[in-house]
Amino acid sequence: MPELGKYAVEVLAAYGVSLGLLAVIIVISWRRSVRVRAALERIEKNG
Amino acid sequence: MSFWEYANPKKFMGWTAPVLPYVFGAAALCLTVGLVWGFFFTPDDYRQGSTVKIIYLHVPAALMAINAWIMMLVASLIWVVRRHHVSALAARAAGPIGLVMTLIALFTGAIWGQPMWGTYWAWDPRLTSFLILFLFYLGYMAMWEAIEDPDTAADLTSVLCMVGSVFAILSRYAVNFWNQGLHQGASLSLDAEENVSDVFWIPLVICIAGFVLLFIGLVLLRTRTEIRARRIRALEARARRA
Repeated sequence: MPELGKYAVEVLAAYGVSLGLLAVIIVISWRRSVRVRAALERIEKNG
Repeated sequence: MSFWEYANPKKFMGWTAPVLPYVFGAAALCLTVGLVWGFFFTPDDYRQGSTVKIIYLHVPAALMAINAWIMMLVASLIWVVRRHHVSALAARAAGPIGLVMTLIALFTGAIWGQPMWGTYWAWDPRLTSFLILFLFYLGYMAMWEAIEDPDTAADLTSVLCMVGSVFAILSRYAVNFWNQGLHQGASLSLDAEENVSDVFWIPLVICIAGFVLLFIGLVLLRTRTEIRARRIRALEARARRA
């Protein structure tokens, strides 16, 4: 861990929130992709 | 084969499937290398101290927030002129990604601004135009959800996208237009005298590449999902009529 000095809270908060937001958009996109794909396959199989 | 044939939904699904893992893999590699390099292996700035490490998130996110809207504008114009459904769906797919990029840029900017400027927020031209861009993203997504007919939604969101482009461009050039406020000029420029120091510049460029690749990967993934969702709606409508 690098020495962040008196700005440690600001730097760590920026990284934590930003990476968290990126993770949220990736997970939401991926889960919806899986869900919609499964729904389409189900509909096409049932005719 | 004509360029426009790649926008055929079936062809789009075909060529994007094998490409996606490489795009996400390259994005993960660039982001890991860039962020680890920037966070662990770059020195503090002589004036800004360790807050300079926020640049590896703030600048790429701000760039992508603006460029995502520009991409949505191009896709919307293609929809308006050529009525390619995939372009309208790609614009819709990019909205939430651009919103997240704008949110990251606003948050990291505020948290960086507090120790450097003494305030989290100021009604500075660039900050204000970015806030308006954020509201345009929210409005754009809400409009897609609110209108039931997808073609009408694509038409109206395209108009909204064209109007919002003014603020996307303003948020990029506000500093040059008004030459006032707290926010400094561009961190990256073709003019070498204006660029950040080399020691910060290389990991920053790698992070920007990572954000660009992540954006492309997510747009492709989400566009594929929108194409499937559209197919589901069409099949359900056909079943109701039968």
